[in-house]
Parts: sequence; C-alpha cells; structure tokens
Amino acid sequence: MATNESAGPLSSKRSKTRATALREFLRGLFRILRANPLTLIGFILVVIISVTAALVVLVPAVTQVVLGHPVLFTPYDPNGLSTEYGQAPSGSHLLGTDNLGRDMFSRILAALPLDLAIGFGIAGFALLVGSGLGLVAGYWDNPRTFGGVVSVVIMRVTDIFLAFPSLVLALAIAASLGRGTVPSMLAVLLTWWPYYVRLTRGEVLAIKHQPYVVAARAAGTSETRILFRHVLRNLIEPLLVYYTLDIGTVIVTFSTISFVGIGVPLDVPEWGTMVESYERFLLTLPWTVLSAGAAIFVTVLAFSLFGDGLRDILDPRSRRALVQAAIPSTLPAKAFVAAEA
Amino acid sequence: MGRNKSDLIVFVGKRLVQLLPVVLGVIVITFFFTHVAVQNPCAIWAGPHATQDQIQACIVRFGLDRPLPEQFWRYMANLVSGDWGASPRGVPVLLSISSAFPATLELVLAALLIMVAIGIPLGVVAANGAGRWADHLAIGPALGLPTKGDFTSTPPFNGPTHMSVLDALLHLNFAAAGDAILHLILPASALAFLNLGIATRMTRTSMLEVLPLDFVKTARMKGLSEFLVLYKHALRNSLISTTTILGITAGVLLSGTVVIENIFQWPGIGAYAFDAITGYNFNGTIAVVIVFAIVVVMSNLISDILYGILDPRVEWR
Repeated sequence: MATNESAGPLSSKRSKTRATALREFLRGLFRILRANPLTLIGFILVVIISVTAALVVLVPAVTQVVLGHPVLFTPYDPNGLSTEYGQAPSGSHLLGTDNLGRDMFSRILAALPLDLAIGFGIAGFALLVGSGLGLVAGYWDNPRTFGGVVSVVIMRVTDIFLAFPSLVLALAIAASLGRGTVPSMLAVLLTWWPYYVRLTRGEVLAIKHQPYVVAARAAGTSETRILFRHVLRNLIEPLLVYYTLDIGTVIVTFSTISFVGIGVPLDVPEWGTMVESYERFLLTLPWTVLSAGAAIFVTVLAFSLFGDGLRDILDPRSRRALVQAAIPSTLPAKAFVAAEA
Repeated sequence: MGRNKSDLIVFVGKRLVQLLPVVLGVIVITFFFTHVAVQNPCAIWAGPHATQDQIQACIVRFGLDRPLPEQFWRYMANLVSGDWGASPRGVPVLLSISSAFPATLELVLAALLIMVAIGIPLGVVAANGAGRWADHLAIGPALGLPTKGDFTSTPPFNGPTHMSVLDALLHLNFAAAGDAILHLILPASALAFLNLGIATRMTRTSMLEVLPLDFVKTARMKGLSEFLVLYKHALRNSLISTTTILGITAGVLLSGTVVIENIFQWPGIGAYAFDAITGYNFNGTIAVVIVFAIVVVMSNLISDILYGILDPRVEWR
C-alpha cells in the first residue's frame, strides 16, 4: 500500500531479508491504522472476531483428534439445556441464560463461525461471479460483435435483478426452497451478484480508456495480458473495499431472512434466528435479544469501519482528504490545502 | 439532446419503454422460482387433513397439472387482460395490493421525512468538522443502527385512501389524525433509522465537495453566521446529489418495509409480501415483486428528472 511503497527505497538499502520486509509492511500498516483511530478499532475488531470464529471451529476439531473427545471453546454447550434458566448476566454466565437455561455467551460465540462464513462466502461468491461478468460486459462491449451481444445480455439480466429489492426475491426463494441453512444461503447467493456486475463494469469502462492501457496496447501487449496485468490489477482496490463493506450487509440480510422466520432452523445457533426467537423476551429477559442484536451490530460495525478505512487508504482522493483532516482545521489551513490541490 | 420540454418527454418515454422488459424479466424469474421450487403447493394449500381426492381437485382447479409453459402463458394472458389472479383462498390479489400500497406509501413517506429531517443536518455537522469528534459522532450511528422492537401499531382509522393520517384529515377528525400520527412515529422512525446512514453519508460527501469552494469562502468572509453559510449557501448546492440518492433509496426503504411492517403489524405491502411469500400465495408473490420493480424503476426515473431540474448542466438523455 501507499506507505509501504514509499518505504520501498528505504528498505532496499538494508539487507533484504524476509523478516525486515515483513517488519516494514507491518510498520506501514501500523502507520496507516494510527492515522485513523476508527479504522484501527475496526481492524482490531475484525481480527478478534475472525480469530474467535476460527477458535470456535478449530478447538473442538483439534481436541477430538488429540484427546479423543471434543473440548468446546465456548464455556457451555450452546444447545445444552439447564435448570438455570432466565438468569441475568453474571460471572458464571457472562451474558446470562435464555428461557431454556442455555448460556447466551456460548450461543453467541457458537453462531459466530456460521455468520462469518456466510458473510465471507456469499460476498466472495458474488465477488467472483459478479466481477467476472462485469469484466466481460465492460471489456468487450463493442456493439455488433459477439462480445457486444454477450455484454448487452449480461447487463439486461443484471438490470432485472437490480430493479427490485433483492431481499424480496431472496425471501421468495428461501420460502420456496423451505426452511434450512443451505436454502437461505442459496437465496442470498442468487440475488447478491448483480451489484458486483454493475460496479465492475463501471470501473472497467473507466479504466480501459486510460492512457496506460492505450499505451500498453500500442506497445503490442496481448489483450489477455492487458486484461490481467492492467485492468484487473486496478480493479482489485475498489472491489476489495466494496467486498469488505459488503460482508456486513450480507450478514444483516441473512439474519433478516432468519429473523422473519424462514431462514436457519431454530436449533442452529444463528444471530438472526436468536433475535427472532428471543424477541418476545425483550421486556422480561432483555439480555437474550439484546446480546444477539449487539452481536450483529458489532460485527457489521467492525467490517463497516474497516472497509471505510480501507477505502480512505486505497483511494488517492480520500487519502488527500485524510491529510486535510489531519491538518489543524483552521480556515486558512483548509484554504491552503484546497489551493494546493 | 437538450433541456427542452420535448426532450424530457422523449426521455421519460424511453425509460418507460425500458421498463417493460424489466417487468417481464422480473415476472419470469419469480414465476419460475416459485413454481419450480415448490413441488406440490396444493398439499400446503389444502391443509394437513386434506384427502388425496381433495388435493387432486385442487391441482386440477389451479391448473397445476398443466405443463409449466402453459401455466405461465395462462398467467401472462390473465395479467395482460388486467386479472392479477387470486390468493389460494380466493382473495383477489389486485384488491389486497391496492389497499395495502397506500399504507406503505404513507409509512415510506414518513420515514423519508424523518431521514431528511435528521440525516441531512447530521451530514452537515459531520462535513463541517470532518475528521473531528463531531464527524465521528455523527457518522458513528450512521454506520449501522440496530432497530428491532416489538411495539405493534395498527393504523386506527380506515377510509378511502388507506393512508391513516390522510383519511382522518379528510374526515376532519383531528383527534384520529393525531392518533394516526402517534401510531406512525415508531414504525416510520425504525424504517428511517435503518437508512439514515445513507442520507447522512451522502450529505457529508457532497458537502465536503462544496465546502472548499470559493463562494463558501466569500460567504464566510462577508461575515455571515456559520448557520447561514452552512445551511443556506453550502447545503443548497450540495443537496443535488442527496436528493437524487433519496430517490434511489426507495428500493432500500421498500425492502425494509417487509421486516418493519411485519414487526409493527402495519397493513402495508411489506406485510402482504411476507404473508404471500410464506403462505405460498404465488399470484400474490409475483404481484408484489412486480409492484416493487415498478416502484423502484419509477423512483429512479423521478430522481433522474429531479436531478435534471436541480442541476442546469444535466441534459436529459
């Protein structure tokens, strides 16, 4: 990234071992994160959430192999009923227990891998499919060629999917396929890719007339090389930013489907389903529904902050805005920066 | 292409013609998803205690024994002639939708009002102190607000327009109008807070573009109060993109109604959509999706026209 590149000539003077390169990279990352505390918070939260999710999955699996019996990472069995029902948050139950005596903290943690995998997976699939289609539609859009026809077809189909709220179609698909984790994932999956087509196509159309692409073509570079080395390379940053921001949106959409009662089955811990099933305890056992809602909130906020910061770092225009904000924001200083720009 | 009235008419006409394939595509997608994915809807429609004969009679009655293309053709022929079909219980879809739509319109307009009244000032505050604490404070909640509640609010008054506040006012029943507004506040603010961030962020971005410009400096230099500089000079010029974005959020607001109306028992199209989808009411589902598609496309069109009216540099193409 930017700071890393500027640190490039500095580090080349030193012995270029892998350890120093890594240190340089981390130092650059740290400098970027320190410039914007919100991004730092988002980054730390994303790391904590991801590591916790990995532990929740890995600890039982590893102990199964090593010890012969699974040891849960969560303090209690997320689906284990007990007589300690309806308890307020305390030392032994960090987030209290629900109406059936299940430990809320364990349930929130147990739902983490599924929700996170859904966010990463669905947004990732949409990224692959959507950006692929968008690349084709944007790059070969000359009218009266085979590619032109294909790109028109792609864009028309995309327009249809974009024409109405995807949540409604997702609900319709989820309801038609029946309640279950896989059908509701499929429903979100089928409605999620069009945004990426639109985004990628727009970026490709802007990039492919840039002087450096024209120069590469004039220099005799093959079309595939231009596509991968010049166009795709410049697509990565906007797509990465959008992907990061999108993970939160996918999690919200997925838990919405669960929340209205046609998503994940009730015995699978999932935040949307939890909000749905604990909704009626809002006044009697408020910690149940609130902690499930807060889990969604914190996760989405983490990815939002991180994606926002990523955009500030990667986009040269807002990088300037970041510098502007860092300057003591007196009027003359602002005017000076504006004049410089 | 220019900015004459005739250009606008051509522009609107073109966009309306483009609407047709979109609606057709939406119908095809929804029709085949619902009809292929659900294997035997009659077993659900007829209930758990239906005999085999009753299920068979139901299949014949709804034409489900016919090939899928024939079913689709029949549906389309009915639709073109103005018959939107009926729910499995025999309630005409068009009747339900025409009474549910105004209720949703009322909810969405109220939410839009709240979004504008809260979101835009927040965006101005955030932009004016970009990078400082006010910015983070204003943008913080804009990033994502959890809004789930279990307060039911049913419009207390029903009348010709199906918009509770308007109906009450038409009857000159001001007590009922006040009551209707009270019932509107919670669902509308829940819907608005879900999308408040969009308004705030758009205002902030476009204000950040306007604030360094010369006329803002001039306004400050001639000693105008900060309020006048921000809200009269800067905001006016940055509202162009915000206005158009508000039109585009119609889709987001609409999908929000599916959840919000369900929680608050609001008898609008979102609640109808949910009932139709979960009740395997195919005709209702397709109709809702058509209405949503038309509303989204139309609100995009309106925001494009508004953009042209607000920004004299834009040509209608």
